[in-house]
Amino acid sequence: MDPLETKKGYQDYVDKKSPNSKILKNCFNAFWVGGLICTIGQVILNICKERGFDTQTSGTIVSILLIGISAFLTGLNLFNKIGKFAGAGSLIPITGFANSIVSPAMEYKSEGYVMGVGGKMFTVAGPVLVFGISASILVGIIFLIFNTQSVTLV
Amino acid sequence: MDINWANVFNISSLLKCFLVGGIICIIGQILIDKTKLTPARILVIFVTTGAVLGGLGIYKYLVDFAGAGATVPLTGFGYNLANGAIEAVKENGLVGAFTGGVKAAAGGIAAAIFFGYLAALISKPKMKKQ
Repeated sequence: MDPLETKKGYQDYVDKKSPNSKILKNCFNAFWVGGLICTIGQVILNICKERGFDTQTSGTIVSILLIGISAFLTGLNLFNKIGKFAGAGSLIPITGFANSIVSPAMEYKSEGYVMGVGGKMFTVAGPVLVFGISASILVGIIFLIFNTQSVTLV
Repeated sequence: MDINWANVFNISSLLKCFLVGGIICIIGQILIDKTKLTPARILVIFVTTGAVLGGLGIYKYLVDFAGAGATVPLTGFGYNLANGAIEAVKENGLVGAFTGGVKAAAGGIAAAIFFGYLAALISKPKMKKQ
């Protein structure tokens, strides 16, 4: 049978023919923007450590600052410009988490400040928190049962 | 207090951070381009992966190596949750599994909710293109 006649065959054909250069360019942009955001975090982290904060607190300060900055950049409609260019470079760092809260909240502002903004801000962040927190509880329980990190693979 | 700027701009630590952070984002970009996963699913996958790798004790090596390069991506958020749960279990047993994760990530979650709400309040409504 002609491979183009099945849906999957056609999809494979398109994948083969479509230029890989676009993906390479996307990956390159994601790499340097994502790396840069992490490096900004590292500079803040190093300043906090120099100021005498412990590692845990320093990490929290980094998160709070990056989240605050990207939340307001989203509110000013600047973040989606970075996002369009960088793709995963701005989505995967914690900045993407903040963006995922503000974007839907802005969109549903007309539905009111409680159910519109307050409710819709968790459209994407909700699942992230559900799965993240549930996974952490499971990890804690599994750790309690084995009571050792001998389950470590390395 | 004086800040030693040579420590702040330690080239080797910044370079390692840049490389690892960038590579984690490349993995995300490949997922976006090569699969039909929505951004929400990709974020969930990254956080959960970070929590699992954190629970297995693997992600810690990446954090020790790359610092913010491993903690700023969302995998680091998952790691932070899992690590907090483990530390709390060591201290308080079962209840720690429920309190530790959120406690460790409390700053980030609270900041995201607070700044997120504020930013949405002050945001300009998007112009509808006619």
